[in-house]
Amino acid sequence: MTTKLVFENLKHKPMRSLLSFLLIGVPVTLILTLVGLANGMLQDSQNRARGVGADLVVRGSGATSVVNLGPPAVRESYVKFLATEVPHVTMATGVVNHLVDFPVVMTGIYPEQFDRMSGGFEYVDGHQLSGPDDILVDRLYAAQKMLHLGQTFSLINHDWHVVGIIEGGKLARIVVQAPTLQYIDSIQGEVSQIWVKLDNPANDDAVVKDIESRTDLKVNTMEEFTALWSVGNIHGVTEFIYVIMGIGVVIGFAVVCLSMYMSVLQRTREIGILKSLGASKTFILRIILAEAVVLGIGGTVIGILMSYGAWWLIRAFVPASLPMIIMYSWWPIAGAVTLVGALLGALYPGLSAARHDPIEALAYE
Amino acid sequence: MNNGFIIQTQDLRKTYRVGKVDVPALRGVDLRVKPGEFLAIVGPSGSGKSTLFHIIGGLTPPTSGQVRVAGQDLATLTDAGRTSLRKRTVGFVFQKFNLLPNLTARDNIAVARYIAGNHSAPDSQFEEVLRLLGIGQRLDHKPNALSGGEQQRIAIARAIVNHPAILLADEPTGNLDTENSKAVLEILCDLNRRLGQTILMITHNPEAAAFAHQTIHMRDGRIIEKT
Repeated sequence: MTTKLVFENLKHKPMRSLLSFLLIGVPVTLILTLVGLANGMLQDSQNRARGVGADLVVRGSGATSVVNLGPPAVRESYVKFLATEVPHVTMATGVVNHLVDFPVVMTGIYPEQFDRMSGGFEYVDGHQLSGPDDILVDRLYAAQKMLHLGQTFSLINHDWHVVGIIEGGKLARIVVQAPTLQYIDSIQGEVSQIWVKLDNPANDDAVVKDIESRTDLKVNTMEEFTALWSVGNIHGVTEFIYVIMGIGVVIGFAVVCLSMYMSVLQRTREIGILKSLGASKTFILRIILAEAVVLGIGGTVIGILMSYGAWWLIRAFVPASLPMIIMYSWWPIAGAVTLVGALLGALYPGLSAARHDPIEALAYE
Repeated sequence: MNNGFIIQTQDLRKTYRVGKVDVPALRGVDLRVKPGEFLAIVGPSGSGKSTLFHIIGGLTPPTSGQVRVAGQDLATLTDAGRTSLRKRTVGFVFQKFNLLPNLTARDNIAVARYIAGNHSAPDSQFEEVLRLLGIGQRLDHKPNALSGGEQQRIAIARAIVNHPAILLADEPTGNLDTENSKAVLEILCDLNRRLGQTILMITHNPEAAAFAHQTIHMRDGRIIEKT
C-alpha cells in the first residue's frame, strides 16, 4: 500500500516527477561522465604506451607524475649510452613531448628507430615522415580537426604538412620528427623519455637496477609504467571526482528537498486525512522517504541514460581529445551518492509532514 | 467512570490560544453516550460542537476535564495513544468527504485497513456493507469521477471498514443535495440499526438531526439542551 501511495502520488503530478528525475539525473551524469573521461583518457594513454613495443621507460630524475607534460628532462646522449653500454638492451629511442592542448600531446620521434621498435605505424592513408615539417595524425584527431592528407595546417605556431593518417593506439595522436620539435622548443640535445627494448623482457628488473645504479635516471618497466596511469596516481583527479560527488549530493538534496517540500505542502490535506485514519508519524515519514528513494532511483536511471548521451556527443565531436568510456562499476556509486542526497533532502519535508496537526491539515484548502 | 457508557465526559474544557488571546471553545461539557446510540449534535457556528468532535475523535487533547472513550482516558493519552485511538476505536466521516484524490475508491478503503494493520481481505460483513451502500460498481473509480453522494458513501465505508466502536460524522450531508442527504442519513440509520454502530453526528440541519435517537444542543461551548 505504501508503494501504491508513492506511485500514485508520482503519477498524479507527472511534470513535477519528471523534472525531479531529470534534475536528480544531472549530478549522476556529471559523475559518470567525469569518471568515464578520466578513466578513458588513462586507458587510452596506457594502450598507446603499450603500443610502442618497449620493455622499459626511462625518464629524467625529476619526473614525478606519469603525465609528463613539462619540458624534456633527459639528455639525449643517454640514448646511445643505453643502447651500447647496458647489457640486454637491444634498442633505445628518445621521444620529445609537447603539450598541444590538454590532453593532446604532439610527440617527436626518430622515425627509423621508432619503426624498428614498434613495427611502424599502421597507415590509413599516406606514408611515413620524411621531411622536417611532415606530420602524422591519427584517425580520431584527423576527424576531430577535419584534417586530410596533403593539407598544410598550423599547430604550435608552425606550419605542418600532413603526410599520413595513422590508426591510433601507438605512442601519440600527433607525430612529427624529433629534431623539428627540439628546434621549436629550443631544447636541442634533450628528450622527454627514452623507450628501451630488451633482448628478453624477463631481464627487465635486472636492467632497471643496473641503469639506476649507474645513472640518476628514473626507470620503469612497462608494467610499472602503465600501472602508474591510474586515477589515483594523477594528482588532483581523485579530489576533483570527490568534489563532483559532493556537488551531486548537494544537488540531489536540494532538488528532492524542494520537490518534496512543495509536494508535502500541496498534500497537507491528504496528510491530515491519513492522520485522521490513524496514520502515525512514522507512517507519514516512511511514505515521504519512499518517494525520495523512488525519485533517487529514477534520477539515477535517467542520469545513466544521459551519460550515454554525453558519451555519444563526445565521440561525435571530440573523440581524440576526450576518449570517454562507460564505467559500469560507477553506476552503483553514483546511485548511492544520489540516494544519500535524496534521502537527506526528504528528511525535512518528511518530518514537517509527520508533525502536521491533523485538524489544521484537514482544514487546509 | 464507565458504567456502560462508550463516551463519557465530565467538565470537559478546551481553550485555544489565538495569538496572545485565549479562546475558550468548550466550557465544561458533560456528556454520556451508550453503545449503539445515534446522537445528533446541533448548534450554531462557534458553539464548540466541532471541538467536542475533535477531542472525542482523538484529533486534539482536552485542556482540562475528563473524557473517556471506549474505556480509554483521553486526557492522559499521548500523541501516539491518540493515533492508535483513531486507528481502531473511531471512524470519521467529514463534510468534504476527504477521500485521497490519487487513489481509487477501493484503495481509499484499503488504505484505512492497511493503516490499522489489517492486511487480510475485507470480511463478509463488510461486503454486505458495500452492498448496503450501493457502491459496489464504483469502487475502481477515483474520487473525481464520483458524485458527491458516492464519495460520501465511500467515506462511510472507509470509516467503518475497521469496525470502530464509534462513528463520528461531521456534517455528513453538508455538501449533498436533498436526495443524497436522505440516502446518506438512511445509511447511517441502517448501520446503527443493523450493526449497532454508535454514531455521533454534527449537523446544522434539523431534518438530519431527526434521524438520530437523541439531539444535543450546544451553544457557547456548553450543552444547553437534550431532546
